[in-house]
Amino acid sequence: MSILVNKEKKVIVQGFTGSEGTFHAEQCLAYGTNIVGGVTPNKGGQEHLGKPVFNTVQEAVDATGATVSMVFVPPAFVADAVMEAAEAGIELAVIITEGAPVKDMQMAKAHAVKHGMKTIGPNCPGIITAEECKIGIMPGNIFKKGNVGLISKSGTLTYEGANQVVKEGYGITTAVGIGGDPIIGLSYKQLLPMFEEDPETEAIVMIGEIGGDLEIQAAKFIKENITKPVVAFIAGQTAPKGKRMGHAGAIVSGSAGTAKEKMDALEAAGVKVVVSPADIGKAVKEVLSK
Amino acid sequence: MNIHEYQAKQIFAQYGVPTPRGIVANTPEEAVKAAHELGGNIWVVKAQIHAGGRGLGGGVKLAKSIEEVEQLAREILGMTLVTHQTGPEGKLVQKVYIEEGADIQDELYLGVVLDRAKEMPVIMASTEGGMEIEKVAEESPDKIVKVAVDPAIGFQPFHGRELVFGLGITDKNEQKKFMQFASKLYNVYMDKDAEMIEINPLIKTGAGDFLALDGKMGFDDSALYRHPEIEEMRDISEEDPDEREAAQYGLSYIALDGEIGCMVNGAGLAMGTMDTINYMGGTPANFLDVGGKANAETVAKGFEIILKNPKVKAIFVNIFGGIVRCDRIANGILEATKMVDVHVPVVVRLDGTNAEEAAEILANANIPNVIPATDLADGAKKAVEAAKGAK
Repeated sequence: MSILVNKEKKVIVQGFTGSEGTFHAEQCLAYGTNIVGGVTPNKGGQEHLGKPVFNTVQEAVDATGATVSMVFVPPAFVADAVMEAAEAGIELAVIITEGAPVKDMQMAKAHAVKHGMKTIGPNCPGIITAEECKIGIMPGNIFKKGNVGLISKSGTLTYEGANQVVKEGYGITTAVGIGGDPIIGLSYKQLLPMFEEDPETEAIVMIGEIGGDLEIQAAKFIKENITKPVVAFIAGQTAPKGKRMGHAGAIVSGSAGTAKEKMDALEAAGVKVVVSPADIGKAVKEVLSK
Repeated sequence: MNIHEYQAKQIFAQYGVPTPRGIVANTPEEAVKAAHELGGNIWVVKAQIHAGGRGLGGGVKLAKSIEEVEQLAREILGMTLVTHQTGPEGKLVQKVYIEEGADIQDELYLGVVLDRAKEMPVIMASTEGGMEIEKVAEESPDKIVKVAVDPAIGFQPFHGRELVFGLGITDKNEQKKFMQFASKLYNVYMDKDAEMIEINPLIKTGAGDFLALDGKMGFDDSALYRHPEIEEMRDISEEDPDEREAAQYGLSYIALDGEIGCMVNGAGLAMGTMDTINYMGGTPANFLDVGGKANAETVAKGFEIILKNPKVKAIFVNIFGGIVRCDRIANGILEATKMVDVHVPVVVRLDGTNAEEAAEILANANIPNVIPATDLADGAKKAVEAAKGAK
């Protein structure tokens, strides 16, 4: 089992024929992802990577029955692409694109919610169900199948965390990179209950960072609803205030959004909080051998 | 990206947000000319830097004669202004804004920012103008009125009513003026892809008019491509030259005050690396994200920028190789050490795809100041030891 995606899910790629879309779609196909086609306006009717190309998402959905879209459309056009997917009946859009204007994402997300479409990202590595389905840009070989679910704002920390879990002899059910922008799709609070319900997931790793309060919301949620053990790391304990640390959303404004307040809230919720990401693997081992 | 007060007020004026009249000046002579042009008998001379707290630092002064305008402009232009937001090194004042004096009856606060939890803009208003809003939020949160505006419907009269009743504005004429003020400010925020707007203080004059006495604006960098008029307002002297140089090469760099230079791929891992160095008893000298394509050129540029900082005693290169394989990155690092004279120990940790091949490449290269590490903890530990040994 897994959450959100598996080898049966039919996936289309928006921005299919672009260089990023092509490179990563090829890698996803090699991993086993069931990519059934893609969308690039004015290239409808062509074939790309052995799959049909469509002019619109609606055509792609009608012809293939796809329910998931992986979005590589450039930042200036990504909101449009996401809204198009929502109206065409896509159930989950995984938005890889980095640098989308915040105003556009507010609009796109509101529209997605209105049409019942879930979104992941933007500016994220995507989602992977180990050894089944990769929808994103992560190195698939790191994610060995196992019993740990992973949710992370950061791409490379996702890989770091998964790699440590595997080195300790465990593995991953599904890993979700939720992205570090100010406006993101699915977050801890929506993903945690999915892992709670997934019979194969026995522990959850959540990796957060400074800025915003999603981790605080997650702490409250964990306290009341999550019975499986959770290990957490919050990046940016040593980050200066008022500076944006790479991710658009990773900024401590005034006294809000510090690593410390998030770590304290998670600890109070019974989460095993590690001070260094180097201890994620060991902490998973500890909670799973209890 | 941030802009100066005088630039924010230019934008306000375009949208009909009322401000006192003012003219920017680069020299005392220009300041005098500006004061003549504005007329009246009282002026404010305001230092233009990208930081709050200018008044307390001595960068905002009242002049009651043209001679005084000249004298104050002479004092303020060229001064290094230190405020709680500039850091101890302060900021050089290169421009002053000459503004007509205003008849201040009340000082209020008005701002627009993104409410990340509600995922829409929120207008914040307070009767405690002139005070730092974070302080008000801590000490008397009940004095801040917050009204979120759904962009799908835009600013509606009920938003305005929530604001004026929340602030206790009872005069009907004043209510109307304030609602218009807030509505126009919301339009500025949306149209210009602002990240935040802050007017502190927003004043009520004796005549019951509302004026933006100050103006601060920051913009969403990702949306600047569609606002060339904002990009033109960029003042590069307000930006850190190293951060700027790094950005030109696609690197994200922020200087800190420790001893261990960090070069990492990915913003999260870069922060996590700083945290780990700290945890191991060392101090990080910087945040540096080399991005997804760590190659010889980006790594060499990273070394160059890190080594500009004389406090750096060791460098920790921490790369998690995904799609870009570690063996390639290892070769890139070796090449970079030939391109730049790296005179401090460099601890290299490469993990992920083809990590073993990479370790072999580094070991065989046999460069004395390159120290291979097996994982994040090992690398951080070795970097801390190397920095201590170098003292």
